[in-house]
Amino acid sequence: MVEIDTERCKGCGLCVEACPRKILALSTEFNKAGHHPAVLLDPDRCIYCLACARLCPDLAITISKEAETV
Amino acid sequence: MAVLFSRPQSLTDTPFRYCPGCHHGLAHRLVAEALDELNLREKAVGIASVGCSVYTNEFFNCDTQQAAHGRAPAVATAVKRARPECFVFTYQGDGDLASIGMAETIHAAARGENISIIFINNACYGMTGGQMAPTTLPEQKTTTSPLGREAAREGNPVDMMKLLDALEGPAYLSRVVLTSPGKQAAAKKSILRAFRAQMKGLGFSLVEILSACPSNWRMTPVEALHYVDEVMAKYYPPGEVRVAKEVLEG
Amino acid sequence: MKDQVELVSGNRAVASGALDAGCRMYFGYPITPQTEIAEYMSAVLPEMNGVFLQAESELAAINMVYGAAGAGRRVMTTSSSPGISLMMEGLSYLATAELPCVIVNVMRGGPGLGNIAPAQGDYFQAVKGGGHGDYRTPVLAPWSVQEIYDLTRTAFDLADRWRNPVFILFDGLLGTMMEPLRTREPIPERAAPSWATTGIFAHGANDRAPRSIYTLHMPEGALTEVNRRLQAKYREIAREEVRYDEHFTGDAEILVVAYGSVARSALQAVRVARQQGRKVGLFRPVSLWPFPEEALHALSEKVRKILVAEMSSGQMLEDVRLAAAPSCKIDFLGAMGGELIYPGTILSRLQEE
Repeated sequence: MVEIDTERCKGCGLCVEACPRKILALSTEFNKAGHHPAVLLDPDRCIYCLACARLCPDLAITISKEAETV
Repeated sequence: MAVLFSRPQSLTDTPFRYCPGCHHGLAHRLVAEALDELNLREKAVGIASVGCSVYTNEFFNCDTQQAAHGRAPAVATAVKRARPECFVFTYQGDGDLASIGMAETIHAAARGENISIIFINNACYGMTGGQMAPTTLPEQKTTTSPLGREAAREGNPVDMMKLLDALEGPAYLSRVVLTSPGKQAAAKKSILRAFRAQMKGLGFSLVEILSACPSNWRMTPVEALHYVDEVMAKYYPPGEVRVAKEVLEG
Repeated sequence: MKDQVELVSGNRAVASGALDAGCRMYFGYPITPQTEIAEYMSAVLPEMNGVFLQAESELAAINMVYGAAGAGRRVMTTSSSPGISLMMEGLSYLATAELPCVIVNVMRGGPGLGNIAPAQGDYFQAVKGGGHGDYRTPVLAPWSVQEIYDLTRTAFDLADRWRNPVFILFDGLLGTMMEPLRTREPIPERAAPSWATTGIFAHGANDRAPRSIYTLHMPEGALTEVNRRLQAKYREIAREEVRYDEHFTGDAEILVVAYGSVARSALQAVRVARQQGRKVGLFRPVSLWPFPEEALHALSEKVRKILVAEMSSGQMLEDVRLAAAPSCKIDFLGAMGGELIYPGTILSRLQEE
């Protein structure tokens, strides 16, 4: 599961750039600080490579997975 | 549920104050992960500097001191000698470390002080709005080199790795980038080696992190990410410059 | 331990006072006329499991003091006028972070590189605060080798009591001259204070919250609050830490006001004048900040005239003017650039009356 803390997100887009599956995008909505936060478009296609979380300068992404499938 | 990626213990919960796409946050996380992995949080005293990194004390979940501009290596020297059982690291930008604090940096390194320095090189003064730094690249435009840095006018850049490598004191010197998960893994290895050098009492260790400053470079965060790899890393090549053999032992 | 009497210089007395107060950390940079403090510390501190470090500059030295004080150790630095100027940035940070430490200025002639002769031209810098911002540091001004030792010990206690840097100010004459010194029982270094950055794990407190020592206060109103707290502390120091010394003031009609080595000349002049039947006395501020203004004001209402003798163009003179009753006439005898003020010079001025 990829959880994006949309209030911590500053909409820099580095996660979008880093995602090999291109399943992240910046929202058209604003968060409280006025940024367009990142959103996960297609969770089923996520391969849990963690690239988005590693490139997030604001640690806005937490990733977890069902234990038996790890 | 197994957590695959979450916030390290050595960071507080305070959201970073940095601009969108700034690499300070990436560097903070890697330093905090290294502190976690080596169980150093409870022994650590982190020394913040002046510039964007002035808030470091709010972000690292360990004891901290905030030093005057450029003086972090002198402060760290004294903290380490006052409390040798502590783990002492500084977190400094390029204006702080390579300009106003050059004397403190060079002499702490020359003495071989048993401290670790995280050096953020973003080729400009971030906090004050993107002025020329000692590390500003040739031809790079900043608010105080608006025509582009030219040796005859603004002088030449300073390569801290070359300078520090001339000294006997350093046990570990490395330059890294954080632009991809793979390069971050190499960066993390360098930070761990630098920290182990201090834990083993081997002397001065420093990791230079080439870091993007999208706001002051007048680039998008993604453009700035690529600029680090394609321009900055060409002038300042990443890699380990000094590895005392004891760093790798045990 | 039996009291010991040794013949030592004022500079040595600084070192002995600091060591006997439990100070085990010294950072400094060579500068005449106080380098022998560093030389002595470099010889003895390693044997005492202490730290001596010759810094790359006075800038580095004062910031090392910041680090060590923040880590909860008793720590000091010493220098002379031009070197103290370089430390002023650090002083402002130390005062703001409320870090206890002792700084000794063995004054030489200024301004500029000046010379290496005794002078008192750094009064403003020490007493009024030479660094940026609204801060204060207690300033102690000894006049003998014995008092240098005693006040150095006192300075460490004041620094801890008030969580503040404390200055000791005297000139190169006192630093280099030798007198008998009676030392007292040394004490061990005190434990780290409860605010010190010792690492979370220190002293068995494995789960305590992280501590931070910082001087940046950006949230709205935060810096105002810090300043108010500091000023309240300074007012308390001003009430509680006034120190001065009086000689022959009971029936004095003329009062000499002098501190440090000049007060020695003044006392000699006063003694001779008394033998000649003149009603003169000496008032010697020992704490320059807080300045003993109430005591001096009371005396100024009784005497006809005050003569301020000072090896500067008239720096303490301003504080005497502020303290004295408006009716009191104030005269000044100054000397600059390493010129000394001899007893005979003061006596001649007293005889002019």
